[in-house]
Amino acid sequence: MFKKTYILFGIAFLLQTVVFGQTNKDMLHIQGGSYIPLYGRDSVLVKVNDFFMDKLPVTNQQYVDFVKQYPEWQKSKVKRLFADEMYLINWKNDTILNHTERLESPITYVSWFAASKYCECQGKRLPTVDEWEYVAMADEELADARVKKTYNEKILSWYEAPRTNTYEVGRNPENFWGVKDLHGLVWEWTSDFNSILITGESRKDVDKDTNLFCGSAAVGATDLMNYAAFMRYAFRGSITARYNIKNLGFRCVQDMPIE
Amino acid sequence: MKTYILVFCMLCLGVMSCKQDTKQVTGVNEVSKQSEEISDMSIYNLPSTWTNQNGKDIQLKDLKGDVLVMVMIYTTCKAACPRLVADMRNIEKQLPESTKGKVNMIFVSIDPETDTPERLKAFAKENFMDEEPWTFLRSSEQNTREFAAVLAVKYKEISPMDFSHSNIISVFNAAGELVFQQEGLGVNSDATIQNIEKAVSEM
Repeated sequence: MFKKTYILFGIAFLLQTVVFGQTNKDMLHIQGGSYIPLYGRDSVLVKVNDFFMDKLPVTNQQYVDFVKQYPEWQKSKVKRLFADEMYLINWKNDTILNHTERLESPITYVSWFAASKYCECQGKRLPTVDEWEYVAMADEELADARVKKTYNEKILSWYEAPRTNTYEVGRNPENFWGVKDLHGLVWEWTSDFNSILITGESRKDVDKDTNLFCGSAAVGATDLMNYAAFMRYAFRGSITARYNIKNLGFRCVQDMPIE
Repeated sequence: MKTYILVFCMLCLGVMSCKQDTKQVTGVNEVSKQSEEISDMSIYNLPSTWTNQNGKDIQLKDLKGDVLVMVMIYTTCKAACPRLVADMRNIEKQLPESTKGKVNMIFVSIDPETDTPERLKAFAKENFMDEEPWTFLRSSEQNTREFAAVLAVKYKEISPMDFSHSNIISVFNAAGELVFQQEGLGVNSDATIQNIEKAVSEM
């Protein structure tokens, strides 16, 4: 009897891993650690726990599948509270993209609400700013490549390249963790993007945190070399959750199972 | 037999988390179709559950029918929040008699971990706000993030007891649609009051 139980549990577990986990194939284990982000808590070390991250950004094809399963997120049905008029603007209708778009390109023109819900429906979540930046400071060889001159140059040359959102995912080399396309394709939503306070308003009505005041933001930033990161933080600080932007996509992460 | 049920449950757990939510969302859809009362831009589309200072669980749509004046704070805050509380109190004081009973003044905690219902209750009492029209709400970290996203309020934990955050007071009409936002501390509240009065008059 007991044996049977174990076998059944085993099968159930396997099924779950196959159906919901997909951690082995499409997600990569990121070993946690501490690092100093561009804006931390008063520029001290930020601790990141172990987690799994999608190897690739979510593609148009994957998002098509999602809206077929969850019609409330189709472009004609989505609530305006959750996405402005630009939502999936490059789609012909509720389930088909314009012929100019490729299924294997990253999904863009999605709002934060849509991205969050997509991840939630995969049993995942959006990464935090700290998690995303932690993985993104790697290049092909080093977990933290921010000191290298080439690291910044590469990213900045991508920021200058036009229309990278139309490329297919997975063409950039794997970074130290095996993750692809954090740089070089599209920018990505993070769960707490609205924790970045370097906006116009931070000059007048944000209390306390002088680190984040506009003028002193640059001075307070811990890593003046990392101009690319500075641009990312500024971008995050300038958007709101309903926005759908041409070069802004997302990928999901997953917590490590509690042992 | 028991074993099968267990295994089945295990499998279900994997699928449920999102499906449940969609059910809620479609539920909201149905409501809006039937009564056409929840508009596209209404915060009553948010399915999140909140707890008030009396430990009572509510959904935002339970607040429907009143004009809502909302601000996000945390109770251990020493700098801006007391001034935000004062701003809210000033707004409430200046509201004409005709709006009384139709406006709900709400504080939403950005620090749900510290701001338990008990803590909110104590804070309400300290500030002589443990009565109508004042309401104090908290939810999960995720729901709080989502709500801040709706309000375009930004906040970040700086240390376990300290957050930096934008100081925005938001006015919602009876349908739950954002109609006005006052930004800044100790600013002139005339426009905010006008918008509350207008929202009440349209009820």
